Amino acid sequence: MTDLSVSVSSASGPAPQVPLPEAAPKVTARGLNFYYGEHHALKNINLTLGTNRVTAFIGPSGCGKSTLLRIFNRMYDLYPGQRATGQLLLDQTNILDPKLDLNLLRARVGMVFQKPTPFPMTIYENIAFGIRLYEKISKSEMDGRVEKALRGGALWNEVKDKLNASGLSLSGGQQQRLCIARTVAVRPEVILFDEPCSALDPISTAKIEELIQELAEDYTIAIVTHNMQQAARVSDKTAFMYLGELIEFDDTNKIFTSPSDRRTQDYITGRFG
Amino acid sequence: MASEHTAKAFDSDLQELTRLVAEMGGLAERMITESVDALVRRDVALGKRVVASDVEIDRLQHLIEERAVLTIARRQPMAIDLREIVGAMRVATDLERIGDLAKNMGKRVAALENDFQPLKLMRGLEHMTDLVQTQVKSVLDAYAAHDLPAAMAVWKGDEEVDAICTSLFRELLTYMMEDPRNISFCIHLMFCAKNIERIGDHATNIAETVFYMIEGQQMLDKRPKGDMTTFATTLPNS
Repeated sequence: MTDLSVSVSSASGPAPQVPLPEAAPKVTARGLNFYYGEHHALKNINLTLGTNRVTAFIGPSGCGKSTLLRIFNRMYDLYPGQRATGQLLLDQTNILDPKLDLNLLRARVGMVFQKPTPFPMTIYENIAFGIRLYEKISKSEMDGRVEKALRGGALWNEVKDKLNASGLSLSGGQQQRLCIARTVAVRPEVILFDEPCSALDPISTAKIEELIQELAEDYTIAIVTHNMQQAARVSDKTAFMYLGELIEFDDTNKIFTSPSDRRTQDYITGRFG
Repeated sequence: MASEHTAKAFDSDLQELTRLVAEMGGLAERMITESVDALVRRDVALGKRVVASDVEIDRLQHLIEERAVLTIARRQPMAIDLREIVGAMRVATDLERIGDLAKNMGKRVAALENDFQPLKLMRGLEHMTDLVQTQVKSVLDAYAAHDLPAAMAVWKGDEEVDAICTSLFRELLTYMMEDPRNISFCIHLMFCAKNIERIGDHATNIAETVFYMIEGQQMLDKRPKGDMTTFATTLPNS
């Protein structure tokens, strides 16, 4: 009376997460080690910063994330007894090459620090000063470059009528954006942010985060942050470091929803120590 | 679960969520049993009690959602914690639907007035309920214990329920064709069978949630399907 045929197929397994498409490598570290005198601070780091990607570095204090950032533009050269071994490439340039012109390197790899560090000069000069180090250009050209940099730092509308005021007269958040504008002014390829928002209020923080996302259209960005939510908000890739080792490096979406390593999970869920 | 959070209050928030889901699960299980008991024994009063229980299950669902949202807002959970909280919300939604389906069966008890008592059908319904009840219990245990293999066993074990539902459907059709006076009863019973079958589906949903909580990925594969009532027809003269 009734015709019922039953067909059953069975299979099981997880659905694959869609990974971020690969970006062209901008900075590549292979077997990178770093020593503060006898102290082995970074152990065999292998990772790649993708072009126009935002890469966040997270980890507990002393894990080596700021140290790693400071190798990217040879900041450690300023201190005796510190040395790096292994390979670190900016495109094809060996960053660790002792003969490398450091001024040129730091023009290509700019850095923004935790505390805003405007020079004690006018807003205009804060920007123009850096440009003059590398280029000889006319006054009108310079005006254009300063405006472009301040726009790039999302500060132009707030300071266009007081370019001759002291950089120190700005608020903390504005000072930090001035420092970003100063970095952008020399047209770098990579911008390093070392805890750029830890001294700022939430509104200024949101502005900087917004700016970082905009900057990623033109620059390759690395950011060290203690604020996990910030890493989750602004970055494409996240690196978790612990005791000088790179524990896990993956898409930010993956790291914050289902990290592979137990230590990463313990850290981001607040189960450490 | 992983080791303790540095912020102890976070642990108690999560434990409270799990406890509420367990409480809701216990209530849903009881509603399933009671609704079918009421149906088999024609116990109208018990049927009404099941209907009344639905208020409590709805209240628990709202409470779980509220707690979950609050925990997300206050703790900004990540990774396993986030999946745990989302999981609790999803399980609560499934349990609420299970409660609705049991309530619907409780309502139908009053409608089954006549003396028509096809024993075989009732046994079939009870057997199906036993199976589904076991599925619901196992999957809730798997949820509480984070036991992935147990959850997957539930996920794969829904076929038999579907098969019984299909055969009940076939039998009900024959009773209805034999005597039109049976139609009203049979249709109510058919709905009840379908309700139980759907409770089984919710158990497999919960199994998928457990998979997501533990693995951090959604299940992609199609579950084996045995419910063929959609394709069942009566052909005249055949």
